[in-house]
Amino acid sequence: MEVIADAVSWVLISLGSFFLVVGAIGLLRMPDVYTRMHAASVIETLGAMLLILGLVFQAGFTLLALKLLFVIALLFFFGPVASHALAQAALHAGIEPVLAEDRRNREIPTAAPPEPKGKQEGVPSP
Amino acid sequence: MFVLATAAVLFALLLAVIRAIRGPTVFDRVLAGNMVGTLAILLLAAIGFLTGRPEFLDIGLTYGLLNLIGTFAVLKFFRHGDLAYDVDVDKEGKAWK
Repeated sequence: MEVIADAVSWVLISLGSFFLVVGAIGLLRMPDVYTRMHAASVIETLGAMLLILGLVFQAGFTLLALKLLFVIALLFFFGPVASHALAQAALHAGIEPVLAEDRRNREIPTAAPPEPKGKQEGVPSP
Repeated sequence: MFVLATAAVLFALLLAVIRAIRGPTVFDRVLAGNMVGTLAILLLAAIGFLTGRPEFLDIGLTYGLLNLIGTFAVLKFFRHGDLAYDVDVDKEGKAWK
Protein backbone atom coordinates (compact mmCIF):
# COMPACT_ATOMS: atom_id res chain seq x y z
CA MET A 1 0.00 0.00 0.00
CA GLU A 2 2.83 2.34 0.87
CA VAL A 3 4.53 1.59 -2.42
CA ILE A 4 1.37 2.29 -4.44
CA ALA A 5 0.83 5.63 -2.69
CA ASP A 6 4.47 6.53 -3.33
CA ALA A 7 4.19 5.63 -7.02
CA VAL A 8 0.96 7.62 -7.50
CA SER A 9 2.51 10.54 -5.64
CA TRP A 10 5.63 10.40 -7.80
CA VAL A 11 3.59 10.42 -11.03
CA LEU A 12 1.42 13.32 -9.85
CA ILE A 13 4.38 15.42 -8.71
CA SER A 14 6.25 14.79 -11.97
CA LEU A 15 3.22 15.77 -14.05
CA GLY A 16 2.69 18.87 -11.93
CA SER A 17 6.32 19.91 -12.32
CA PHE A 18 6.08 19.38 -16.08
CA PHE A 19 3.02 21.62 -16.36
CA LEU A 20 4.67 24.23 -14.14
CA VAL A 21 7.62 24.46 -16.51
CA VAL A 22 5.38 24.49 -19.60
CA GLY A 23 3.19 27.24 -18.19
CA ALA A 24 6.20 29.32 -17.17
CA ILE A 25 7.71 29.07 -20.66
CA GLY A 26 4.36 30.11 -22.10
CA LEU A 27 4.19 33.02 -19.66
CA LEU A 28 7.53 34.23 -21.00
CA ARG A 29 7.00 33.64 -24.72
CA MET A 30 3.33 34.39 -25.49
CA PRO A 31 2.70 37.57 -27.53
CA ASP A 32 0.17 39.58 -25.48
CA VAL A 33 -1.40 39.78 -22.05
CA TYR A 34 -4.46 37.64 -22.81
CA THR A 35 -2.48 34.71 -24.21
CA ARG A 36 -0.11 35.04 -21.27
CA MET A 37 -3.09 34.66 -18.97
CA HIS A 38 -3.94 31.48 -20.84
CA ALA A 39 -0.45 30.15 -20.14
CA ALA A 40 -0.63 31.28 -16.52
CA SER A 41 -3.89 29.40 -15.99
CA VAL A 42 -2.02 26.19 -16.85
CA ILE A 43 0.27 26.84 -13.89
CA GLU A 44 -2.60 27.76 -11.63
CA THR A 45 -4.84 24.79 -12.36
CA LEU A 46 -2.99 21.78 -13.74
CA GLY A 47 0.50 22.45 -12.37
CA ALA A 48 -0.37 23.56 -8.85
CA MET A 49 -3.24 21.13 -8.34
CA LEU A 50 -1.37 18.04 -9.57
CA LEU A 51 1.69 18.92 -7.49
CA ILE A 52 -0.32 19.49 -4.33
CA LEU A 53 -2.36 16.34 -4.95
CA GLY A 54 0.93 14.44 -5.10
CA LEU A 55 1.93 15.97 -1.77
CA VAL A 56 -1.45 14.88 -0.34
CA PHE A 57 -0.55 11.28 -1.17
CA GLN A 58 2.73 11.78 0.70
CA ALA A 59 0.97 13.23 3.75
CA GLY A 60 -1.56 10.42 4.19
CA PHE A 61 -4.62 10.82 6.42
CA THR A 62 -3.34 13.68 8.54
CA LEU A 63 -4.21 17.29 9.27
CA LEU A 64 -1.53 18.20 6.76
CA ALA A 65 -3.50 16.57 3.94
CA LEU A 66 -6.53 18.64 4.94
CA LYS A 67 -4.47 21.81 4.75
CA LEU A 68 -3.17 20.79 1.33
CA LEU A 69 -6.73 20.20 0.14
CA PHE A 70 -7.60 23.63 1.49
CA VAL A 71 -4.81 25.12 -0.63
CA ILE A 72 -6.31 23.35 -3.66
CA ALA A 73 -9.74 24.82 -2.84
CA LEU A 74 -8.17 28.27 -2.49
CA LEU A 75 -6.53 28.03 -5.91
CA PHE A 76 -9.68 26.51 -7.42
CA PHE A 77 -11.96 29.35 -6.33
CA PHE A 78 -9.70 32.40 -6.30
CA GLY A 79 -7.59 31.73 -9.40
CA PRO A 80 -10.45 32.23 -11.89
CA VAL A 81 -11.69 35.26 -9.94
CA ALA A 82 -8.29 36.93 -10.17
CA SER A 83 -7.98 36.02 -13.86
CA HIS A 84 -11.43 37.46 -14.59
CA ALA A 85 -10.63 40.70 -12.79
CA LEU A 86 -7.31 40.97 -14.62
CA ALA A 87 -8.85 40.40 -18.07
CA GLN A 88 -11.65 42.88 -17.35
CA ALA A 89 -9.20 45.51 -16.15
CA ALA A 90 -6.99 44.99 -19.21
CA LEU A 91 -9.96 45.28 -21.59
CA HIS A 92 -11.18 48.36 -19.75
CA ALA A 93 -7.74 49.93 -20.12
CA GLY A 94 -8.05 49.52 -23.88
CA ILE A 95 -5.45 46.84 -24.50
CA GLU A 96 -6.25 45.18 -27.79
CA PRO A 97 -5.72 41.45 -28.15
CA VAL A 98 -3.36 40.37 -30.91
CA LEU A 99 -5.47 38.74 -33.61
CA ALA A 100 -4.38 36.76 -36.64
CA GLU A 101 -7.52 37.91 -38.49
CA ASP A 102 -9.72 40.71 -37.26
CA ARG A 103 -13.26 39.49 -37.82
CA ARG A 104 -14.99 42.43 -36.22
CA ASN A 105 -14.70 44.71 -39.27
CA ARG A 106 -14.61 42.12 -42.00
CA GLU A 107 -16.05 42.69 -45.46
CA ILE A 108 -19.21 40.79 -46.17
CA PRO A 109 -18.44 38.76 -49.31
CA THR A 110 -20.57 39.64 -52.33
CA ALA A 111 -21.05 36.09 -53.54
CA ALA A 112 -22.24 35.10 -50.11
CA PRO A 113 -24.39 32.05 -49.60
CA PRO A 114 -28.03 32.86 -48.80
CA GLU A 115 -28.39 34.33 -45.37
CA PRO A 116 -30.00 32.31 -42.64
CA LYS A 117 -33.45 33.32 -41.45
CA GLY A 118 -33.60 36.30 -39.17
CA LYS A 119 -31.19 39.14 -38.75
CA GLN A 120 -27.57 38.20 -38.92
CA GLU A 121 -25.97 39.10 -35.63
CA GLY A 122 -22.44 39.97 -34.80
CA VAL A 123 -21.73 41.82 -38.05
CA PRO A 124 -21.97 45.59 -37.67
CA SER A 125 -23.61 47.39 -40.57
CA PRO A 126 -21.15 49.57 -42.49
CA MET B 1 11.15 13.74 -5.91
CA PHE B 2 10.67 16.81 -3.72
CA VAL B 3 13.92 18.08 -5.19
CA LEU B 4 12.37 17.77 -8.66
CA ALA B 5 9.27 19.70 -7.58
CA THR B 6 11.38 22.40 -5.90
CA ALA B 7 13.58 22.76 -8.98
CA ALA B 8 10.55 23.06 -11.28
CA VAL B 9 8.94 25.68 -9.03
CA LEU B 10 12.19 27.66 -8.85
CA PHE B 11 12.57 27.57 -12.66
CA ALA B 12 8.98 28.74 -13.14
CA LEU B 13 9.57 31.44 -10.53
CA LEU B 14 12.62 32.67 -12.45
CA LEU B 15 10.66 32.94 -15.71
CA ALA B 16 7.77 34.69 -13.94
CA VAL B 17 10.16 37.24 -12.44
CA ILE B 18 11.69 37.83 -15.88
CA ARG B 19 8.18 38.47 -17.26
CA ALA B 20 7.46 40.83 -14.37
CA ILE B 21 10.57 42.83 -15.19
CA ARG B 22 10.11 42.82 -18.97
CA GLY B 23 6.31 43.09 -19.11
CA PRO B 24 5.34 45.90 -21.47
CA THR B 25 2.04 46.75 -19.76
CA VAL B 26 1.17 46.95 -16.09
CA PHE B 27 -1.21 44.01 -16.47
CA ASP B 28 1.65 41.74 -17.50
CA ARG B 29 3.38 42.70 -14.29
CA VAL B 30 0.25 42.10 -12.23
CA LEU B 31 -0.18 38.70 -13.88
CA ALA B 32 3.44 37.81 -13.20
CA GLY B 33 3.11 38.98 -9.61
CA ASN B 34 0.03 36.81 -9.17
CA MET B 35 1.97 33.89 -10.61
CA VAL B 36 4.85 34.54 -8.19
CA GLY B 37 2.35 34.34 -5.33
CA THR B 38 0.92 31.03 -6.54
CA LEU B 39 4.41 29.62 -7.05
CA ALA B 40 5.43 30.79 -3.58
CA ILE B 41 2.67 28.64 -2.08
CA LEU B 42 3.97 25.64 -4.02
CA LEU B 43 7.58 26.43 -3.09
CA LEU B 44 6.70 26.64 0.61
CA ALA B 45 4.84 23.31 0.43
CA ALA B 46 7.64 21.58 -1.48
CA ILE B 47 10.41 22.93 0.78
CA GLY B 48 8.38 21.97 3.84
CA PHE B 49 8.24 18.37 2.65
CA LEU B 50 11.88 18.51 1.52
CA THR B 51 13.19 19.55 4.92
CA GLY B 52 10.71 17.42 6.89
CA ARG B 53 8.92 20.41 8.36
CA PRO B 54 5.53 20.59 6.60
CA GLU B 55 4.35 23.33 8.96
CA PHE B 56 5.56 25.77 6.31
CA LEU B 57 2.23 25.14 4.62
CA ASP B 58 0.45 27.48 7.04
CA ILE B 59 2.64 30.32 5.81
CA GLY B 60 1.74 29.30 2.27
CA LEU B 61 -1.99 29.52 3.00
CA THR B 62 -1.60 32.98 4.47
CA TYR B 63 0.48 34.04 1.50
CA GLY B 64 -2.20 32.85 -0.92
CA LEU B 65 -4.91 34.90 0.78
CA LEU B 66 -2.68 37.99 0.89
CA ASN B 67 -1.81 37.47 -2.78
CA LEU B 68 -5.48 37.60 -3.80
CA ILE B 69 -6.08 40.81 -1.83
CA GLY B 70 -2.95 42.38 -3.27
CA THR B 71 -3.89 41.53 -6.85
CA PHE B 72 -7.34 43.05 -6.44
CA ALA B 73 -5.93 46.15 -4.79
CA VAL B 74 -3.48 46.75 -7.64
CA LEU B 75 -6.12 46.09 -10.29
CA LYS B 76 -8.63 48.41 -8.65
CA PHE B 77 -6.02 51.12 -8.34
CA PHE B 78 -5.04 50.94 -11.98
CA ARG B 79 -8.64 50.76 -13.12
CA HIS B 80 -10.14 53.59 -11.10
CA GLY B 81 -7.05 55.46 -9.94
CA ASP B 82 -8.39 55.30 -6.41
CA LEU B 83 -8.55 52.47 -3.90
CA ALA B 84 -11.63 53.95 -2.19
CA TYR B 85 -13.67 54.05 -5.41
CA ASP B 86 -17.27 52.92 -4.87
CA VAL B 87 -19.19 51.70 -7.90
CA ASP B 88 -22.59 52.43 -6.33
CA VAL B 89 -21.66 56.06 -5.75
CA ASP B 90 -20.71 56.60 -9.39
CA LYS B 91 -23.73 58.64 -10.55
CA GLU B 92 -22.90 58.75 -14.22
CA GLY B 93 -22.29 55.02 -14.41
CA LYS B 94 -19.36 55.58 -16.70
CA ALA B 95 -17.02 53.10 -15.08
CA TRP B 96 -18.94 49.85 -15.68
CA LYS B 97 -20.25 49.76 -19.19
